[in-house]
Amino acid sequence: MLEVRDLEASYGDLRALGGVTLTVGAGEIVALLGPNGAGKSTLLKSIAGLLRPRGGTIRWDGHDLGTLGAHQIVERGLALVPEGRRLFGSMTVAENLELGAFAPRARPVQAESLERVFALFPALRDRRTQLVRALSGGQQQMVAVGRALMSAPRLLMLDEPSLGIAPRLVTAIFDALLEINRSGVGVFLVEQNVHASLTLAHRAYVLEGGRVVGEGAAAALLEDPHVRRAYLGPLAVRV
Amino acid sequence: MRILAQQLILGLMLGGLYGLAAAGLSLVFGVLKVLNVAHGELIMLGGYAAFFVVALSGLDPFASLLLVLPLSLLLGVVLYAGLFGFVVRAHEETRVKNSLLIGFGLALALHALAVRLWTADERSIITPYGGSVLRVGGLSIPLMRVLILALALALIGILHVLLTRWRWGKAIRATAEDWEAALLSGIDVRRAYLLAFALGTALAGAAGTLVAIGYSVSPSIGLEWTLKALIVVVLAGLGSMIGTFVGGLVLGAAEAVSAYTFGGPYREVVGLVIFVIVLVARPRGLFGR
Repeated sequence: MLEVRDLEASYGDLRALGGVTLTVGAGEIVALLGPNGAGKSTLLKSIAGLLRPRGGTIRWDGHDLGTLGAHQIVERGLALVPEGRRLFGSMTVAENLELGAFAPRARPVQAESLERVFALFPALRDRRTQLVRALSGGQQQMVAVGRALMSAPRLLMLDEPSLGIAPRLVTAIFDALLEINRSGVGVFLVEQNVHASLTLAHRAYVLEGGRVVGEGAAAALLEDPHVRRAYLGPLAVRV
Repeated sequence: MRILAQQLILGLMLGGLYGLAAAGLSLVFGVLKVLNVAHGELIMLGGYAAFFVVALSGLDPFASLLLVLPLSLLLGVVLYAGLFGFVVRAHEETRVKNSLLIGFGLALALHALAVRLWTADERSIITPYGGSVLRVGGLSIPLMRVLILALALALIGILHVLLTRWRWGKAIRATAEDWEAALLSGIDVRRAYLLAFALGTALAGAAGTLVAIGYSVSPSIGLEWTLKALIVVVLAGLGSMIGTFVGGLVLGAAEAVSAYTFGGPYREVVGLVIFVIVLVARPRGLFGR
């Protein structure tokens, strides 16, 4: 279980997070909504250890993650699929996936993890010897999710996995997230595709201006007037 | 025509050493984003190490690599722990600037130390078979330089295998490409930096050994080798060690041709001309990704 308490982060003088408190339970799917610049990516980067928070605590199964390096946080079972995928473009699909299992805890189960990734994304099996930069955006996103899964995480965090991807592949990726969650992995999802993510998630938080301004069951937020007006727009009626 | 061919062969053989010298610089720059301008001084130290190993132990000069390689790996670890490990803590944009200051300081210190310890005399390793010459179709090819070229190529091959097959080799390449993504894959990026720097220093040590065998070392050769290595890195681009080696051969050949065509003093000019042309026309280099 992930517990974030009073988390503060800033870039120089610019405050990005002003005391964020939230939790993601074991095996839960939690969505994080909010406009651009609300601090969603900052929050994920802080949890993953890429950014040093200015204040507050991040606890994982009761242990403080505060002093750990990002690679040690992966070893503890938290994986982040970063915004823009950030794959190793000059390497093959297989090499990217293999590097995902670099953490000592992930290595013994590398073969099983790989089978799991190929079962989730069969398209990758035939393309494993291809260079990643030769793949389409959607396939690259599959590699990115796959690389994170190779670390055998207990919580998978994703930063806008549907960005710039063909709708058919977005569906494939969201289906995969559901499948991943069924195997007991928690999912913490930052998405612009609010309708899809609220449909997928159990709970959601709304982040605005670096603060949590709303939270609740995903189904309830789908009906919430503020959420509907701000994030779903007039087309939201079409469910 | 025969003179040109003869010059070209000698140029290619020297070019193999340029390639080896550049590989270390390229590895360190590509992975740590640190420009180690003391790379040539590390080559100089490698040359002296080989010289003294051979002089004191009577080993075959090529066998001295078995001692010089681990010694220079160790030197790389010490230099990283004491100096360059602090540079990589800075933001990527400020690293080159900081590394230039540290590198020039280190280069001056090592140069002064070498003069103090070993005087400014040139030294080279003499072997019984050093004078052997292969005659191929009217051309004379010194046996030593053939061996040196073959060894340089073998070392580049080993490096290539390390970087493409070894687990940490892949981690080093991943770190070069995107260090944040490497961290998110569970790679201890600091350790990848340390390994890359140690490997780069070992390559410098190996290059120095071969320089001492085939040519000569003196405390002041550092700057020249740094410059050649830098030209080759710009020419070849980052990302491929084999590309870097080929870049070294190209520079060696170009120097030979320009020395033949325009006269000896122009040997040094062609590299700088290549440097400028590549930066203008193809900033990523011939083989850069």
